[in-house]
Amino acid sequence: MSRLDINKTYKLYIGGKFPRTESGRYYAVKNSKDNLVANICLASRKDFRNTVVAARKAQTAWANTTALNKGQVLYRIAEMLEGRKEQFIAELIAQGESAKAAQKEVNRSIDRLVYYAGWSDKYQQLFSTVNPVSSQHFNFSNVEPVGVVSIIAGENQSLLGLISLIAPAIVGGNTVIVLASESKPLTAISLAEVLNSSDVPGGVVNILTGKKDELFSHMASHMDVNSIIYCGDDEKMTKSISEFASNNIKRTVFFKKNDWYNEQNESPYIIEKTLELKTTWHPTGI
Amino acid sequence: MKKNENKDMFKAAWNYAAAPESTDHINLQKQYDLYIDGKFIKPVKGKYFDTINPSNDKKIASVAEATAEDVDLAVKAARKAFKGWANLSGKDRGKYIFRIARLIQERAREFAVIESLDGGKPIRESRDIDIPLAANHFFYYAGWADKLEYAFPNRKPKPLGVVGQIIPWNFPLLMAAWKLAPALATGNTIVLKPAESTPLTALKLAEIINDCGLPKGVVNIVTGAGETGANIVNHPDINKIAFTGSTGVGKYIAKAIAGTDKKVTLELGGKGANIIFEDAAIDQAVEGIVNAIFFNQGHVCCAGSRLFVQESVAGLVIQKLKARMETLIVGDPLDKNTDIGAINSKKQLQTIQNYIKIGLSEGGEIYQPECSLPKEGNWCAPTLFLNVSQSHKIVQEEIFGPVLTVQTFRTINEVIEKANNTPYGLSAGVWTQNGAKIFHLTQRLEAGVIWANTFNKFDATSPFGGYKESGFGREGGLQGLKPYVKFE
Repeated sequence: MSRLDINKTYKLYIGGKFPRTESGRYYAVKNSKDNLVANICLASRKDFRNTVVAARKAQTAWANTTALNKGQVLYRIAEMLEGRKEQFIAELIAQGESAKAAQKEVNRSIDRLVYYAGWSDKYQQLFSTVNPVSSQHFNFSNVEPVGVVSIIAGENQSLLGLISLIAPAIVGGNTVIVLASESKPLTAISLAEVLNSSDVPGGVVNILTGKKDELFSHMASHMDVNSIIYCGDDEKMTKSISEFASNNIKRTVFFKKNDWYNEQNESPYIIEKTLELKTTWHPTGI
Repeated sequence: MKKNENKDMFKAAWNYAAAPESTDHINLQKQYDLYIDGKFIKPVKGKYFDTINPSNDKKIASVAEATAEDVDLAVKAARKAFKGWANLSGKDRGKYIFRIARLIQERAREFAVIESLDGGKPIRESRDIDIPLAANHFFYYAGWADKLEYAFPNRKPKPLGVVGQIIPWNFPLLMAAWKLAPALATGNTIVLKPAESTPLTALKLAEIINDCGLPKGVVNIVTGAGETGANIVNHPDINKIAFTGSTGVGKYIAKAIAGTDKKVTLELGGKGANIIFEDAAIDQAVEGIVNAIFFNQGHVCCAGSRLFVQESVAGLVIQKLKARMETLIVGDPLDKNTDIGAINSKKQLQTIQNYIKIGLSEGGEIYQPECSLPKEGNWCAPTLFLNVSQSHKIVQEEIFGPVLTVQTFRTINEVIEKANNTPYGLSAGVWTQNGAKIFHLTQRLEAGVIWANTFNKFDATSPFGGYKESGFGREGGLQGLKPYVKFE
């Protein structure tokens, strides 16, 4: 006798909790046979604003977590994902991937987490310098997180793309607010469950689902967001994001048509995109 | 208004005989044209504007006003020169830049005098800071030109193309050096616009660039006001904009280039916190406060314009600060005794005076030493505002003049929160003899440059630039190369 499945309710992930959208709205994700796969939360502007509060609150403590610890937390995410591979493969297949492609994507996603976990206590040495000033001062420049980062994920490679953006941003000490792929949101929310069980403090990664058209302007204009990353080739949206971002000199990062398997997407230079450089002087003469 | 309790103590003892720097040795023309494609040419529309000596309101020279047509010629010249310059060996690019550094050093005295004449800054500063640092900047980046692959491990840097650079009036030659040197070292060609009120040293630099044999079109210098700048920003054949100036204009630029492939770096305004703890070396800290806010008449984006003094020493610090202010000499920029020169322009003087009015109307307690200001020209006495809080406009907004706001604090956490509670993030200062406290503070202050037990120090090897609304990108050091390269 076949057993009746338990279907999962997909919710948002804000400040380490899984609330439904405050708006009570949803959109349906269907498979190629037009059957319902899941109802997905249609996050609102207010959800986004609440998420910024959660991300800001978590940022300082996360930035001050030691590099070694951050690396172990990222490695822990990889371990948790490894243990739940089958679920993610099934979700990618439900979202239209072939079994082979789904398996490849999950494997690469796990490996990418391990890659960035390893950078956790190394990128600082790559990007920081001691500067030989021509006066009696000790002078050095070191990198720090930019702060709170909005990420608008692309529509392709929904899991690998997500991890390729989240991992470098959080290993740099930032907290992030991700708007998941609109057409393929399932893995994003399941990833939130992985994060929730991986010692990632609540608020460090926040995941929303919903419509880009509705949320991008808020993600780009919010005055307490320091940087925005947009993945996609909608030129009008790109332009509009830059315009909104100029209101508080947000740092903008754009990934146009992008294959996340590409070697360039596994690089400390991606971590650098959400870092600031601070230079400190102190006299040495006595 | 409270006045001058210290004046009797100092005034009599501090009379200096005038020691003006001579102007005999400088070469200035009556009229300056645009420097485009290796030639000095007249502007297409034939318009000129006056550049004024801010210390006596007298005209120094007339300067070409570049219109859209001139900017287009400059961009075309830069585009034409790009391939040759980018493909030149790094060694040869470096040699040209070394030549520029040397020629500035050779003519340093002339440049210092012209900088002070045109901009109003004390000759001591232009002679000891602006001009030598400008030469050092070229010398530093000259050496990078053939070593770029060491700056970016595992990547191949390529120049961006034609770069539009717009610089401010507070450090005219130095800002030109900060912009030109890294752009040239990385193989870009340039259209540079100096500020409307201080174009002369950039035009003198054009002479040096011409003398050093730099291939024509690699550097083009166009003069004009905001409209000329807008023409550069909006020119379709420019690959990158580098701007130093106000946050307002920075936001305009970021918006204007939205949706284009232009890259941008912005070095914008600031409202730097300067924090004095009770365990600081108080006399040194007082010197630091003076240097932080009165250096270059306070026309410094990274000025320490918000003073925070720990409550237990506030009385002592303020007393010593007032006494020190009594000794500051305001006057002739060319006099070697001068500490505070002329305010750069009438317009800027009005802005500062307006902020002083606002400070008074908001209930701030003003202190200015009694100093005689010259009758002609633009002058502002060094000014303190006591009894102000975070909500005061003069505490929140960049004044860009010799006006310091003073607040007190009790705990470290309180002062960190107050210092960071601003949209700006360019600089900050910390004064304490306690090492752990220094690093605790420097790690938590949201600013791109932190001076601990010092202030307003600059060096070609030291990256400079802001957090938050003070802009992005760095100038100086290895990291200063990055804004001028792309990667395949």
